[in-house]
Amino acid sequence: MSFFNDPRWGEALSHLPDYLGNHVRVSLAALALGLIVSLPLAILTRNRPAPRAILLALASIVQTVPGLALLALFYPLLLLAASVTLKWFGVSFSAFGFLPAMLALALYSMLPVLRNGITGLNGIDPALIEAAKGVGMTARQSLVMVELPLALPVMMAGIRTAAVWVIGTATLSTPIGQTSLGNYIFAGLQTQNWVFVLFGCLASALLALAVDQLLGLVESGLRNRSRLGAGLGAIGIAALVAATLVPTMGRSSSGYVVGAKTFAEQYVLSALLRDRLQAAGFSAAARSGLGSSVIFGALKAGDIDLYVDYSGTLWANQLHRTDIKPRAELVTDLKTALAKDNITLLGELGFENAYALVMPKTRADALGIHTIADLAAHASTMSIAGDYEFFSRPEWAALRQAYGLQFSAQRQMQPDFMYAAVASGEVDVIAGYTSDGLIAKYDLVTLDDPKHAIPPYDAILLLAPKRAGDERLKAALSPLLGKIDIATMREANLRASGNDANSSPDVVARWLWEKVGRQ
Amino acid sequence: MGLVIPSLHGRVSEVSPRPMPSRPMIGYSRVTKSFGPLRAVDDVSLDIAEGEFLAIVGGSGSGKTTLVRLANRLIEADDGIITVEGEDVQNIDPVALRRRIGYVFQSGGLFPHLNVADNIGITPKLLGEPAAAIATRVDELLELVQLDRATHRDRLPEALSGGQRQRVGVARALAAKPRILLMDEPFGALDPLTRDALGEDFRELHRKLGLTTVMITHDMTEAILLADRIAVMRGGKLLAQGTPSELSTSSDAYVLELLSTPRRQVDRLNALLPQGGAA
Repeated sequence: MSFFNDPRWGEALSHLPDYLGNHVRVSLAALALGLIVSLPLAILTRNRPAPRAILLALASIVQTVPGLALLALFYPLLLLAASVTLKWFGVSFSAFGFLPAMLALALYSMLPVLRNGITGLNGIDPALIEAAKGVGMTARQSLVMVELPLALPVMMAGIRTAAVWVIGTATLSTPIGQTSLGNYIFAGLQTQNWVFVLFGCLASALLALAVDQLLGLVESGLRNRSRLGAGLGAIGIAALVAATLVPTMGRSSSGYVVGAKTFAEQYVLSALLRDRLQAAGFSAAARSGLGSSVIFGALKAGDIDLYVDYSGTLWANQLHRTDIKPRAELVTDLKTALAKDNITLLGELGFENAYALVMPKTRADALGIHTIADLAAHASTMSIAGDYEFFSRPEWAALRQAYGLQFSAQRQMQPDFMYAAVASGEVDVIAGYTSDGLIAKYDLVTLDDPKHAIPPYDAILLLAPKRAGDERLKAALSPLLGKIDIATMREANLRASGNDANSSPDVVARWLWEKVGRQ
Repeated sequence: MGLVIPSLHGRVSEVSPRPMPSRPMIGYSRVTKSFGPLRAVDDVSLDIAEGEFLAIVGGSGSGKTTLVRLANRLIEADDGIITVEGEDVQNIDPVALRRRIGYVFQSGGLFPHLNVADNIGITPKLLGEPAAAIATRVDELLELVQLDRATHRDRLPEALSGGQRQRVGVARALAAKPRILLMDEPFGALDPLTRDALGEDFRELHRKLGLTTVMITHDMTEAILLADRIAVMRGGKLLAQGTPSELSTSSDAYVLELLSTPRRQVDRLNALLPQGGAA
């Protein structure tokens, strides 16, 4: 099978109307908001050095915040704002998806618009402003008839820069729940589907290029005082928005939304849940690539209807508990605690995806390491790698305390690359996941935890408060409960980690259903 | 024929010898304007009669541009009274005031993004005149400043020569049919031939349209050749005012020095050039 007739291109293309449409809408809305705020600010502060300096400094600071962090920060900020408006005005809004993405991107677009706006307006020959006054223009007429037209090329350059930045950065809005072309990139990166990654990058680059050219058309139209040119550019942008609205308009939005975090197992499970709901006659869609801190809030707020989480994660992160309980007891307590928020813990899927310290089997045997306690004696000469959150999680603190672990170095890695890294000796130990298929593939071994420092991580199915009484939904999902054992999930994950057409989450989800559905 | 300098007799007097109309077109009475510690205009009193062509002469920093801009409130006076057509400018809306006084800027001050016709028609447009009337007026003005309508109307200022730009600048200043024209070194940046031709043409326009003109220049020869009366400024003060012959009896050494310069230049030129030659 050649690169070009890989069926994943077709699969990628089938998502395009949805991903591109959302991407265009959030980008252009953010850009419009950024312009509405920045242009008046640039005009107001152009002759006031002190506020101008403060404004530009603030915009520069925003620019130094990495795009992903800025987007992520807006989610808790809006959650807070939503709870405040609910308390004071009795109205709430969704802090998930479109709104935080648009606000963060609008903020991101402000620097080039402000800086170029101010530079353009300040760069005008003072003699011309004097002349405008001299021929009898009011301050407003001078601005509209002389200053803005003369500053236009510099201002438009800023707007075009902002447009390209926003469209590029919008790919990072996937983890806070805004569907975008970033869905290709996040999903592709997690499931080693390079076709998706490439497709996402190409699509966002082409979109940026197209919007830049349309803005260029508006600019040259305005500059040559040709209503036709400016009109054509504006119509082009409007057409882009309209074209992206049409396919989504026809789509029903009343269906179930299945959430998924940003790793392969979650992509597979959300595809499985979606397929089951569709098989039961519901309309359902997967919302993938959500940040692990965003997804629980999204469920609580009803932005998604269901997803799979892990008991230990909720125990530590949502209930802020540090004590460790046996598997079954933990789930029971969790169920009671979640019920207070009206969240339904429907049940366990059957497998556990816990953190575990993992190293090559041959090396562990040679050193006589079977448990974490055995590892502790060697740790000071070893390096450890974990995912981006592991080292700041309570489990890591608990492990270090329980076993007195002290490694010579610790590194953060993309989860999919950790296993290869430990297998090749790049690092000595990794904090892997028990359900990961790569453990078997690379002949690795998970070390026992005799002191039970790591809590159990049962995969559990959660339903949003608004679905608490939805018996048809529960009936459609119940065939999955307790059916997926660790070996099956490992194999599914291993299949999903491949980089051929059969490794797409949809294909693996169908394989998984054939395997567990027959039992 | 050699250069002819008007004979200089008569006296400079505090009161002008010719009958001054009771109401000057522009009147300055004890006007002062400071920029920080600098007194740009220092206690100046000056009347400009209707139909008069006044040149204000002085070096850079003498306050001549400030004095002129006080008249249409591009700059506001600190002290003293300025009247235009008998009315205190403080009682006139500055925008309306500027629309009824033509102003020619130093290097044209044309708006680079507007073509010649739009530059000329800007003040009538601000006054809300209908587009057709403005178009007719623009054609009239192009003819008045001797620019070919067909070739220049739609050009951008960047495609014009310096002299053409100044002609457009004059046309723009005249577009709303003002009775007063203020000109800030209008011919300063031009080559001598263009400058001479433009000066003559403008003097004729001034006469034909019955304008009251105030022209700033640092060139005494230009002032003597074009203006009815000359006001000399130095360090913010009005040193002297009067016809060239009146000025020649001034007791101020600087005024006499300024006045004698053109003549000395003529003498030198006459010595260098063959008499009765091309000049």
